[in-house]
Amino acid sequence: MSEVLERVPRGPLLYVFVGILGLLAAATLLGALLARARPEKDWSELNARIRSWWLMAGVFMLAILLSRAVSLVFLAFLSFLALKEYLSLIPTRRADRGVLLWVYLAVPLQYAWVWIDWYGMFIIFIPVYMFILIPVRMVLHGQTEGFLRAAGTIHWGLMTTVFTLSHIAYLLQLPEQGGAAGASLVLFLVLVTQFNDVAQYTWGKLFGRHKVMPSVSPNKTYEGLLGGMATSFVLVYFLAPELTPLTRNESLVAGFFLPLAGFLGDVSVSAIKRDIGVKDSGSSIPGHGGVLDRVNSLTFTAPLFFHFLRYLHF
Amino acid sequence: MRFSLKRAFFALVVRPFLLVVTGFNVRHAERLPQSGPALVVANHNSHLDTLVLMSLFPARLLDRVRPVAAADYFLKSGPLAWFSQKLIGIIPVTRVGRAASEDPLAAVSAALDASSIVIFFPEGTRGEPERFQEMKSGIFHLSRRHPGVKVVPVFLHGLGKALPKGAFLPVPFFCDVFVGEPFDPVSEKDAFLAALKTRFESLRAEGSFPEWV
Repeated sequence: MSEVLERVPRGPLLYVFVGILGLLAAATLLGALLARARPEKDWSELNARIRSWWLMAGVFMLAILLSRAVSLVFLAFLSFLALKEYLSLIPTRRADRGVLLWVYLAVPLQYAWVWIDWYGMFIIFIPVYMFILIPVRMVLHGQTEGFLRAAGTIHWGLMTTVFTLSHIAYLLQLPEQGGAAGASLVLFLVLVTQFNDVAQYTWGKLFGRHKVMPSVSPNKTYEGLLGGMATSFVLVYFLAPELTPLTRNESLVAGFFLPLAGFLGDVSVSAIKRDIGVKDSGSSIPGHGGVLDRVNSLTFTAPLFFHFLRYLHF
Repeated sequence: MRFSLKRAFFALVVRPFLLVVTGFNVRHAERLPQSGPALVVANHNSHLDTLVLMSLFPARLLDRVRPVAAADYFLKSGPLAWFSQKLIGIIPVTRVGRAASEDPLAAVSAALDASSIVIFFPEGTRGEPERFQEMKSGIFHLSRRHPGVKVVPVFLHGLGKALPKGAFLPVPFFCDVFVGEPFDPVSEKDAFLAALKTRFESLRAEGSFPEWV
């Protein structure tokens, strides 16, 4: 019983949980009011988006509350889904079918290094060992046509969907410091990144005029980017000292680079989708597109936040 | 609803397995038949095709969804025959070595008469991964014999990558399932097959699928 009680969030973690639920409730209410006030417009996309947010936030909060093992399995599965989406999206060679089996095997291994807290292996496994294994396995089947493109795209996919996202999981292994345990670091990173996505989207919808990268992502505007960054800056400035070991001054830096990194991760995945010629990476999450569409910002914020934190405090 | 081994197998094994290994992007699921008799015809590249098509139907319809499958392959050995008949509920057809007087489609006709939703692969075999092959005439004869039965074409993509013919281990790939409008039968055989082929090609053209080489 005492173990269960220990898992109940207290202090800042509890307030943040309540805050998230409050935000979602406000969004649901707003969606319903908009649909009633202006029934001539189609609000189903927005409301599907908000419903999916409830589900994602619920599953995520439950996963980080239950235990470290559950969080790791959850994040590993998220990496797997994103990798599967990526490998289904890019053109692959028939000869590389066997290579892809090895590539998928990297997901449980990478998270196993996190589980046993082997930092040295965690940080080089994909950049070094998988980087070597993929071309070696490809040489074995011997097809040279398209070799470089295949080796490059496959390794890029592993870096993006497994290596970067597994940094979220490694936050759980950082020793507790000043009351800030791994779960609150994960919560902070994911909350700030996702909040920033929504803030940039909302500012862009309300005030967007001047396009920031028209050839990559035609819906992104300076107004959305700057308004969203300013809003997220405020959130980071007040939340970071509560949930992380970052000081006020360090929070100023994080408040600037996290929202910017989120934006850049988002547009990088957009550029890939544009290159391949699809709008959404998938259709698994109603109103959001695919898994990759939802975690694209995290692929940049996760490793940057992790190493910023680790350099300064661990 | 009575307990059925087939429904339990799909709920506990097939659906979770497909969710992890493939994951679907289904377009126009509402065009699938909601009752039997009906013929669902699809291109064929993988053993997974049958499982994916069957799991598109709700549990209450599952017992009447029956795939047509080759007797020489699926009834060959004891365990596979048990699996095919009890858990999948195949309609076995004899591809090779049958008497000239024997009607190869008799069992399929009987299933349609019993209001089944029949899954039929007009190519007759899986062939090369992610390539369309010439259709056999079976679907034409079936459709002429049962003029009132809806023929719904479904285009599948990606499953031939996940588990092609000859492969043992599946590799995860998302798959696309595009359901077409019911097909209006044409009374002449070659024209029928050509028209059906065009339907598959136009369904394929709804996505952008580069050749898998």
